[in-house]
Amino acid sequence: MINENINILDFCKKPEYFETVGRVSPDWSWADYFGLINCRISNSFRMKYKVGAGLYALGEPDENSDVFVSANYKLSLDILRKALNGFSAWILVLDTKGINVWCAAGKGTFGTNELVKRINKVKLGNFLNHRHIIVPQLGAVGVNADEIFKQTDFKVYFGPVYAKDIKAYLKTGKRKTPEMRKVNFSILDRVVLTPMEIIPAFKKFFIFAVIVLLFFGFEPAGILFKNAWEGGMPFLLLGLTSTIAGAFITPVLLPFIPFRSFAIKGYIIGVLVVIPVILLLNIPEQRNILILIAEMIFFPSASSYLALQFTGSTTFTNMSGVKKELKIALPAYLISIAISIILIVFYKLNILGVI
Amino acid sequence: MKYLKNVSSLKFFPEKCTNCIVCIEVCPHSVFLLRNKKVEVLDKDLCMECGACAINCKYGAIAVNSGVGCALGVINGMITGRAPSCDCGDSSSADCG
Repeated sequence: MINENINILDFCKKPEYFETVGRVSPDWSWADYFGLINCRISNSFRMKYKVGAGLYALGEPDENSDVFVSANYKLSLDILRKALNGFSAWILVLDTKGINVWCAAGKGTFGTNELVKRINKVKLGNFLNHRHIIVPQLGAVGVNADEIFKQTDFKVYFGPVYAKDIKAYLKTGKRKTPEMRKVNFSILDRVVLTPMEIIPAFKKFFIFAVIVLLFFGFEPAGILFKNAWEGGMPFLLLGLTSTIAGAFITPVLLPFIPFRSFAIKGYIIGVLVVIPVILLLNIPEQRNILILIAEMIFFPSASSYLALQFTGSTTFTNMSGVKKELKIALPAYLISIAISIILIVFYKLNILGVI
Repeated sequence: MKYLKNVSSLKFFPEKCTNCIVCIEVCPHSVFLLRNKKVEVLDKDLCMECGACAINCKYGAIAVNSGVGCALGVINGMITGRAPSCDCGDSSSADCG
């Protein structure tokens, strides 16, 4: 990504400034594309996908060039430098602990203090002829423009939400159209986020599978594999089905599912997807009514719970709403789990001949 | 897409507003609107409580209770009694892509 280290002196005729900065290319390498994909599927990879904070040069910037502020999540910088293809600019990268602009702004790491500190550290005022910086609009969650001006003399322009609009924004003299201010949440945006819903859910599914197999396999004499498999298999299949219902189908079809509550949306999809599978698996002579009821109670709730988790990834839900949903949904989930456990324990005791 | 009705904690105090429109500049959901040179709240239900308007309003004309909006974060907050936190910064269950 960094082609060479350059001396700011080569670009700006300010002899008091000698420090060197890295020059980044607007082009993406194969490694950059690989990184983008890996960020969408691996949490551990994404959390380490960082660049150093500080000043970078793009193209041939000089003392009159614009300064764009970004986060030190590498993907944030990558998207910005790609969008600035053909331009010359300075890029000021803040230390956001490798988190993207919006999330970091929400946590305050992409914030007023860090921006002031970074402006002073790279001595931005020493080599520029102007006193303005462009901060991505979503950074406004953490950056108080008035405070930046008071402390550094730099005027903050809140640029467009999306880097792709930067060229149009610069052409119109740093004016945003209403569209440039809006954050979207298209079907593609949602699909891209679902692997990070499904993968953590499958980790929980593994624990669930172990418990289910041990439970059904348990005999006074030990664990019977045949019982574990025959009894547990429908549960495992339903576990998979409800995970897909809550962590994939609900997020993707979000605006098309009735009701605004995520818990209800997830429950509806859970019922629609899980109940047919329960009925398909239902071989009358092998199945028990207690098991059937337990399945019908538990798995739609699991889908609902997973759907509610997606509120963290959306661009339009708010904390007050999530709290309100949880106040009702959390007790409902706990009751569903309790009833399901009681039912299958009864079933097991009955099979073992205890009652 | 809109979330639940009437839950957003957004409060707007028109008497303090100087119509500088910084709120309109920073709001990602067009919650505010300039009508007859005055700022108004267009639709409170569009507000996601990100807090960008409140932090940038010099005149204290906006208040909003902003915070992490993911369910796990809120559950963590309920259990620990602290502000909701999803630990996106360092651990497992991060959705902040």
